[in-house]
Amino acid sequence: MSLIELENITKVYHAGEISVNALKGISLKIEKKSFVSFIGPSGSGKSTLLNLIGILDKPTNGKMIVNGTDVRTLDRTAAARFRGKTIGFVFQNFNLIPVLTVYENIEYPLLMLEHLHSNERRKRVLRLLEKVGMTDQRDKYPNQISGGQKQRVAVARALVTNPQIVLADEPTANLDHATAFKIITIMHEMTSDIGTTFIFSTHDSKIVGEAEVIHTLEDGAIVKTDTRKVHDR
Amino acid sequence: MINVIIIALRNLFRNTRRTLLTSSLISFGVILVVVFGGLAISFKSQMVGVLTNTAMGDLQIHKKGYVESIDNLPLNLTLTGSELASVETVLNNNPEIESYSPRIKFGAMISNYAQTSNIRLNAVYPEKENRTLPGFVKRIKGNIPDPDRFVKPGEILIPENLMNGLSLKAGDDIVLVATNKEGSVNAITLRIAAETEAIFGPSGKDGSIHIDDAITLLRMDQLEVVEIAIHLQQFDNLNAVSSSLKTTLGSNQSPFEVHTWEQLSPFASITRIVDLLIIVVKFILMTIVLVSILNIMTMSVYERISEIGTIAAMGTPPRKILTLFLVEGFAMGLLSTIVGIVIGLGALWIMNMTKINFTFGTMDVSLAPSIPVSEIIWVAVTVMFVSLFAGFQPSYKASKMEPVDALGHV
Ligand SMILES: Nc1ncnc2c1ncn2[C@@H]1O[C@H](COP(=O)(O)OP(=O)(O)OP(=O)(O)O)[C@@H](O)[C@H]1O
Ligand SMILES: [Mg+2]
Repeated sequence: MSLIELENITKVYHAGEISVNALKGISLKIEKKSFVSFIGPSGSGKSTLLNLIGILDKPTNGKMIVNGTDVRTLDRTAAARFRGKTIGFVFQNFNLIPVLTVYENIEYPLLMLEHLHSNERRKRVLRLLEKVGMTDQRDKYPNQISGGQKQRVAVARALVTNPQIVLADEPTANLDHATAFKIITIMHEMTSDIGTTFIFSTHDSKIVGEAEVIHTLEDGAIVKTDTRKVHDR
Repeated sequence: MINVIIIALRNLFRNTRRTLLTSSLISFGVILVVVFGGLAISFKSQMVGVLTNTAMGDLQIHKKGYVESIDNLPLNLTLTGSELASVETVLNNNPEIESYSPRIKFGAMISNYAQTSNIRLNAVYPEKENRTLPGFVKRIKGNIPDPDRFVKPGEILIPENLMNGLSLKAGDDIVLVATNKEGSVNAITLRIAAETEAIFGPSGKDGSIHIDDAITLLRMDQLEVVEIAIHLQQFDNLNAVSSSLKTTLGSNQSPFEVHTWEQLSPFASITRIVDLLIIVVKFILMTIVLVSILNIMTMSVYERISEIGTIAAMGTPPRKILTLFLVEGFAMGLLSTIVGIVIGLGALWIMNMTKINFTFGTMDVSLAPSIPVSEIIWVAVTVMFVSLFAGFQPSYKASKMEPVDALGHV
């Protein structure tokens, strides 16, 4: 069984009188430990699709299984627990918590997984700080670090729970090209290290880089899927 | 849970200026309640103390129907012989009653040989009166060597307004002329022992004489008591004692009536107004807390929508989001209350050091304001409760947000 299975997923937004068919019957499978990207022009439905996969939103129609769970059955609290355990998020605007230090931001998702011992928590946070090269900035607050640094913290935060899936919707849109490429590389390395499926979206085809599967979205539908044989993982 | 509290506290001080402004408003309300409450409560208890300890006693017993015509000071509604004895037996056997004082109250003419005026008189056994009104001798101006004999047969104590009106001074002789219940007129000469301070309310401007002189003046064959003033061991038990006395002595068939000081003094309505004012001030406090917390929490939630989306995405369950914001509002209420209570108690302490003196009517009152612990607890509990209540709606709204909508909000 695949990690993520979408079957004929549709999403309709209602804005007053008008309804927008943002997704028009998407079916796809995403395997464990894969590296997947969605590209497509603005308004093509990338964010909508990633929000559904991340269980931040529910599809209008269609069947969706994530890590063996039919997500339509989850209520709000169960969905939150499920996300906390299974999915890590990286956002376009970094979305660090301003009142928490770098260290505390990375620690936050672990605190939502109640069973973890504090020593273990500390070990994991320190290891990730080290991996994203932010150890010396650990006591700073988000407004004291640069955009690229923020996104590295966000990556560490997304990975600290060892999730099955890391979702990143345009993680590099607010970064310059060099930084963007670096961030994607770090993310790819780190996710493949712990065997996490890494899914990201971009409209910048240059940074798709080494993605194994590239889905191209247009007007709410997948119009093209490229699969590349990537060197040994 | 601890991390939720930490985040809530840090969020609270994110917009320091706004938080300080709002919490100083709440603190101000708390200070108002503490200071006003302290002043008002001590004013009340001081005044009640003066009235009950220097003029009225805590309770009074009369012949049935007396209070209805109390303004005429009737002499035909009295307790005598076996009736008096039965009342005294009840009073002697009630352990809550510290002492009681039988009195003859009547109106008379007072003359200094040049002018004549009216006087209301309170004829007492000084020893019993002193036990029953332990503060009374303080109202006597001049030296009282033995408080148990503050007025001797042949002497009279006259309130200050009458002393001035008739240009009297201690040591002068005056004539009292009175009519007894049969209508026969009699007079006696008495020497002024001292002047008394007049106070507000019933018996506040009465002259005092020894009960033996009243018996002579009114030509009584036997003692006829008009009123019995009662002093309790514990003033706080007033209601309990009064209702027990009312059942034993003041029942429908009985020839007596029992009244508490509140039922006899117009000051009781002032105390009720003071109580009402305290309630109004408390209500203002609650409104301040409700509006400020509701306002600040609504703003906080609105400002942090995308943060709410972020923590929801990272697996924070709705209940925790609710708690996060509730704690923030609660902490704000709590901190402001602590500050307000400290400042308010400080202000009361300073007032206590400096002693506030003022005149109420013709009475000199010295306020030593203090506030009962129960009031402080009331303030603290109310503010905390109202903070939670006011914070609930915005917090609930935050917890109900769909993560995708919250995240999409910029
Ligand atoms: N909350 C919403 N309400 C109404 N319509 C929406 C909403 N969110 C998205 N849409 C519409 O759905 C369609 C898909 O939007 P989506 O944000 O998924 O596109 P996208 O590929 O992520 O675009 P971009 O590259 O600009 O981020 C668009 O037409 C958009 O206007
Ligand atoms: Mg998008």
